[in-house]
Parts: sequence; C-alpha cells; structure tokens
Amino acid sequence: MTAAAGHHYTSTGLDNRKIAIWAFIGSECMLFVSLISTYLIYKGRSVVGPYPHQPWTDPATGKVFHPILDIPVTSASTFVLLMSSLFMVLALAAVQNKNLPKHTRGDRILGSSKLWLWATAIAGATFLGFQAYEFTSFVHEGLTIKTNLFGSTFFTLTGFHGAHVTAGVLWLVTLLAIDYRRGLGPRDAINVDLAALYWHFVDVIWIVIFTLIYLIQ
Amino acid sequence: MATTAYPAPAQESGYSGESGIWAWLTTVDHKRIGILYLYTALFFFMFGGLEAIVIRAQLGGPNQRLVSPEFYNQLFTMHGTTMIFLAIMPLSAAFFNFLIPLQIGARDVAFPRLNAFSYWVYLFGGIFITVPIFFAVAPDGGWFGYAPLTSKQYSTGINIDFWVIGLQILGVSSLAAAFNFITTIINLRAPGMTLMRMPMFTWMAFIVQVLLVLAFPVITIALVFLLFDRFFGTNFYNTVSAGADPLLWQHLFWIFGHPEVYILILPAFGLVSEVLPTYSKKPLFGYPVMVYSGILIAVLGFGVWAHHMFAVGMGPIADTFFGLSTMLIAIPTGVKIFNWIATMAQGAIRYTTAMLFGIALVGLFTIGGISGIMHSSPPADLQQTDTYFIVAHFHYVLFGGSIMGIFAGIYHYFPKITGRTMDERLGLIHFWLTFIAMNLTFFPMHFAGMQGMPRRIYTYDAGQGWDIYNMMSSAGAMIFPVAMLIFIYNFFKSRKSGAVAGANPWGAGTLEWSIPSPPPEYNFAKIPTVTSRYPLWEGKAADMESARANSVAGKTAADLGIILPYSTIKPLIVAAGMVIMFCGLITSQMLIYIGAAIMVGALYAWLLSPLEPEHH
Repeated sequence: MTAAAGHHYTSTGLDNRKIAIWAFIGSECMLFVSLISTYLIYKGRSVVGPYPHQPWTDPATGKVFHPILDIPVTSASTFVLLMSSLFMVLALAAVQNKNLPKHTRGDRILGSSKLWLWATAIAGATFLGFQAYEFTSFVHEGLTIKTNLFGSTFFTLTGFHGAHVTAGVLWLVTLLAIDYRRGLGPRDAINVDLAALYWHFVDVIWIVIFTLIYLIQ
Repeated sequence: MATTAYPAPAQESGYSGESGIWAWLTTVDHKRIGILYLYTALFFFMFGGLEAIVIRAQLGGPNQRLVSPEFYNQLFTMHGTTMIFLAIMPLSAAFFNFLIPLQIGARDVAFPRLNAFSYWVYLFGGIFITVPIFFAVAPDGGWFGYAPLTSKQYSTGINIDFWVIGLQILGVSSLAAAFNFITTIINLRAPGMTLMRMPMFTWMAFIVQVLLVLAFPVITIALVFLLFDRFFGTNFYNTVSAGADPLLWQHLFWIFGHPEVYILILPAFGLVSEVLPTYSKKPLFGYPVMVYSGILIAVLGFGVWAHHMFAVGMGPIADTFFGLSTMLIAIPTGVKIFNWIATMAQGAIRYTTAMLFGIALVGLFTIGGISGIMHSSPPADLQQTDTYFIVAHFHYVLFGGSIMGIFAGIYHYFPKITGRTMDERLGLIHFWLTFIAMNLTFFPMHFAGMQGMPRRIYTYDAGQGWDIYNMMSSAGAMIFPVAMLIFIYNFFKSRKSGAVAGANPWGAGTLEWSIPSPPPEYNFAKIPTVTSRYPLWEGKAADMESARANSVAGKTAADLGIILPYSTIKPLIVAAGMVIMFCGLITSQMLIYIGAAIMVGALYAWLLSPLEPEHH
C-alpha cells in the first residue's frame, strides 16, 4: 500500500505527461522562432520573383507574375484551423464528462467525443488540403523551394507547420481508434488533454505565421 | 579487507538479479542506462582522444606529412564533434541518469522507456557519425560546420551529409532526455525535497536540461536549412548574389553553440559542488547564490553568441553589446569559483583522487575563464581569434573544466555505482599524469597562438617561433594515453576486486549515500522524507529514520511490494528504425520507408503497451 502510494506521488500533483508536454512545447517554440526569424530576415531580399505581395516581370521572358499569395483562400483555411481548436475543446470536455447523465439531444451532441474528435481531425485534414492546393498552385505558377529566398523560407516554414498538423491529425485518429475500440472516458482525459495542448499550440503558431507572412506586407 | 558492517558486495545485488545481454538491451532502469551511457561515452572519449593524438603527432614538428591535409580536416572535425556530442555530453548524461533519481529520492525517472530510447538513439547516432572516418569520408568542415563552406558547392562529398544527419540524430536523443529529466526533477522529488534543498548537481542538471530544450531546436533548424541546401538545392546559405546571408548559419549555430558551452560545463560544476563539500566536511558555501549564479549563467548564455563572430564585422554597436554581455557572465562564474574556495576554506580536507580532480577544476577552469575574458574584448579578440590561443582557452575550460569535473565525479561515485572503491594509489598516478599532460599540452598553445599560429592548419614551416611550443604540446599529448590506460586498468580492476565500499564510503551528506551500494533496483525501499539539504549530516530525526529504512540491502522489489516497470525492447527498435530512416537519406529512398515503418510500428506498440503491471 505504501509502495503504491509512493508510486503515485508527484511533487506538483500534476501528471508527469502534463509537465513533459509543456517542456516539449517550449522546445517547439524555439523551433518555430528559428524558422520565423529566418523568414523575416530574408523578407524582401529575394533577387528574382515571384514575390509574395508584389507583381514581378521576368526580365528574360517578359512574363508577368502576380503577387503569389492568395489571401482570401488562406483566410478560409485559417478559419477552418481556428474552428478545429474549438472542436478540440469540445472533444476534451466530452471525454472528461463522459459519465455525466445526458438528458437532451444537445447534451448528447456535446457529449459525443467521437463527433468532436472527428470534427477536429477533419478540420485539420481540410487545412492540410488547402495547403496542398496552395503548394501545387504555387509550383504551377513558377515558385518552388529553389526559386528564390521567399520560396525557400516560405515552403520550409509552412511545410514544417503542415508536418506538425499532420502529426496532430494522426494523433487524433489514434485517439478515435481507441474511442471506437473501448470508449474514451474520464481516465483517458489526460491523453486527450495532451493532444489538445499540442493541437492548440500548432494552431497558435499558425496565427503568428498567417499574420507575419500573409497579412503584413 | 571486506568490513563486516555491510553485506557482501554481490555485484548483482543492485541489478535485480537479471544479467546477460538481453537484460541490458531491454533495461529501463535509470541506473543501468546510466552505466550504458558511461561505458559508451568513455569509449568515444578515448576514440576522440586517439584522433587528437594523431593530430598532435602530425603537428609535432614542422612540415610533417603523417596524414594528408584532407584527412587532417576530418581528424580535427571529428575530434571536436566526438568530444562534444559523443563524450562530454553523454558522460554528463551518465551522471544525470544515475544520480538525479537517487539525489531527489525517486525510484526512477519520469519516463523510463523514453530514457532507454535516448540512450539507443545516442549509441546508433554515435556509430553513424563515427564510422565514416574509417573510410576517410568523415565530416571535414569543423565541429561548427560553417556554411556556406559546408554547402554542396564547396563540400561536394558525402562527408558533410554524415555530420548534418548525425547531429540531427543526436539532437533527438538529447531533447528526449531533457524532457524526461525536467519532468523528473519537477515532479518526482521526495516529500520535503523542496527546490532549495536539492543537491547542487541536480540543480545544475536541471538548468542544463532547460538549456538543451531551448538551444537544440535552433541547431535543428540550422541543420534542416543546410540539409535542404545540400539535398534540394534551396538557397539558405549558398549564393550571396541570390540574396543569401553568409552570416545566417553563424548566427543560428552560435545561438545554439554558446548555450552548448554551458551544457558542457554546468554538469561538471554540479559534480564538483558535490565533491568539494564531501571531502572538506563542510556544506557547500553560499548554496542559494550557487543556484542563482547557475541560472544567471544560463540566461546570459543566450545573449553572448556573437562573441564567436567578432571577426566578421558586425559593427561597433553589436560588438560592444556582445563584448559587454560576455564580460557580465564572468560575474556569476566568478561567484562559483569563490564559493568553492570558501567551501574548502578551513575544511577538514581529505586529498582523495576525486578531491584532487575537483580542486584541479577550480584552478584550471579559472585559467580558461581568464583567457575567455581576454577575448571578450573585440579588439583583443581580433588578434586571438582563429589562433591557437583560442584552442588553449577552450581546452582549459573543456578539459580543465568539464573532463576534470567528470573524472572527479567518476572517482567519487564509482563506489555507489559498483559497490567498491577505486584504487587510490593508481588514482593519484592517473590524476597527476593527467594534470601534467593537460598543462604541458595546452599551456604552450597560448604562446603559439600569440605568435600567430592559426587553427586548423595541417602543418607549418619551421622558423616562425612555433616549433618549440608544438613540440611541447605534442609531447604532453603522448602522456594522455598512459594516464588513460592506468585509469581503465584501475576501473576494471577495482570493479572486480576493489575495497568494499558500503553505503557511504566518503561520509557524504546527500540522499544517494543513504541507500546500499550498488543501489537496489527500486532505489529506495521507502520513499524518504527530506527535511534538510544534507540529510545525512544534519541528522534530523525524520531524515535519519528514512535513511535507516533505506540502508537495508538484500530485499527484492517483490519482497517490498514495489512495482517496477517492465523491461522492453521497443525503445531500442524505435531508435533503430529512426536511424535507419536517416541512413536512407544518403543511401536509398527505400530505406527511408523501411525505417519509418519500423519506427512508427514499434512506437505504436510501445505507446499501447503498459509501462508496468496494474496496481491492485
């Protein structure tokens, strides 16, 4: 008994995993700070186009390139990603409150962890779909990772973010698989909580990226 | 010789009775993982030393052609890379693993399987980055790998690819370990073990983990850019005419690289802060100030990186800022030096081998620190940068500091790890040979550097005033292997037949000395209650009672009803899969997919399997 009690004791009363994920997020902050700083340092230093916010005429061919960023489309995908954070909050609440009685249809909808996990994962996948579309259309328009400094920094930064979203979607799908197999309940809340912290972090980073790359010219 | 007060030192008593290779491959016990780190890192330390000996043989006299210039580049690159990433950091990690849970009164680290994963990634990554030197295709761009020199257009071979990928692999190991230790120290302290009661080694270890977490992502990204430049033809560092900034790499690298310097030295500071009080029979002088100065060193360490770049012409404002911030770091560092001296002052000093290594750190690190202050001034640095003066400086802080501190730690903790003490007579010979070799090798480098001898040259002409200093350095370097052989002989001989140590052979005051040596698998039979900084010295009733309960040897975890984690091979497989995946980057795409499949499969198997038996 004392041994078991000793085993569960933690100095802060928090679960170990909760502390580790915050340390991990601290580390991820520095990862994105490095990527974003490099983007900002190289901003406006590309010698050839296409450029993000200005049109460019290729002196060799005379071909005119429009500003390459499509802000309305990316605003839509940003909105989808922001909504996914809301779904994530609802998913966590549903798992935490799994055992509470559900009287109305509203209770049952809000209490469905599967629904909200699906919603989060689908919103994340939709964001990735937008990103895939954006990357392909840029390549078709003549901007690759090799074209200029903007291409190198843009594709690396947003690509890294996309990879993080992909990892998050896989994490959510894994949680869903567990939910279908044996149901997620309050004792799994810590696992959903970790995924949620990660997901919100990836979301917040996107707000920074969207503001710095797309909105500020 | 064996005293009767302690049970026979059966080697197995600490190791759960399980032995054999499989038990070591599947272990998740922090003590065993610490021992694995220790052996592996000592091996790489000797390998890196061997590279240094070839370097010194080549430089012993003017115009020698022992090795080709190309191979010389590989030698100094791999010497630096090996010593930093494969020797000093993992030697520190050996102590983090072995000591942190023991010092804070925990049964293991927070994530035992992640801990095993960190070790295996380190081992495989170390092999990955070391093997190329046998085929003369080792990295050859210096341990700092300055781009654009390391870009494809100037380094066309496969050499740099090994370096870029190898460091990425090793970074994963360090980061995973850092998350683990941060959680362990924050969350697994025994009741009463408040932050300001933690042993100084654990404090320094904690600061180092925070530095790792914040510094390693920066080099990760710097390496990703270099990897993309080399593999996909991006232009982060390459072509200035296309707008690339040739200083970007230097900034990113040193934002990581300078905190890295403290990652290398702070664990040794921590070890010495355990060693000096023990053999002076006095508590560490100014404990809170030691903690705060450690934190201050870490914080300032992020604001001094460009002092590595004074020669690139950043302009007077940047030079002034970084010169001043560098000088500021001398204050907390000096505080530590004075506190160690005050710890020893009027103490009942016992000059054991561990103590001598500890005192040597205080003296030799101070020499390195003072030459460091010299080149914190940009005009002085312009004379010294890229000369052997710098080589002398950082060997005084890294060998005179880190390595001396680590040897102090090895002699001090050897009885805790093995149950037997190391032979003191051989230890003294090892110490004095090392001390003489170290000063004979590195002190003349100050003069060679002041006479203008540049770093990283494979040979030099006679008559420039460098010959005598190089001859002295090379002579000194040849003493190291003798010292190391004595150390290795002593290590294995004492492990087998040294004097039985008992729980607390040195009369030390911290928690790790209250349990049997070697510690039982579960560390503490009863999680201790801590009421003071040196529980075994201050003798408070609660501390003494905990110590009595924990000093009993010979009980198994099952006897005591303690639940221990399952042994598992999965972390090793995940690590192997990851390294196979990285190997695929320079061999075939197929290997990337195979490695990724192994990694993801084993990772899921790991995460979905329970850590330990269910509690009832």
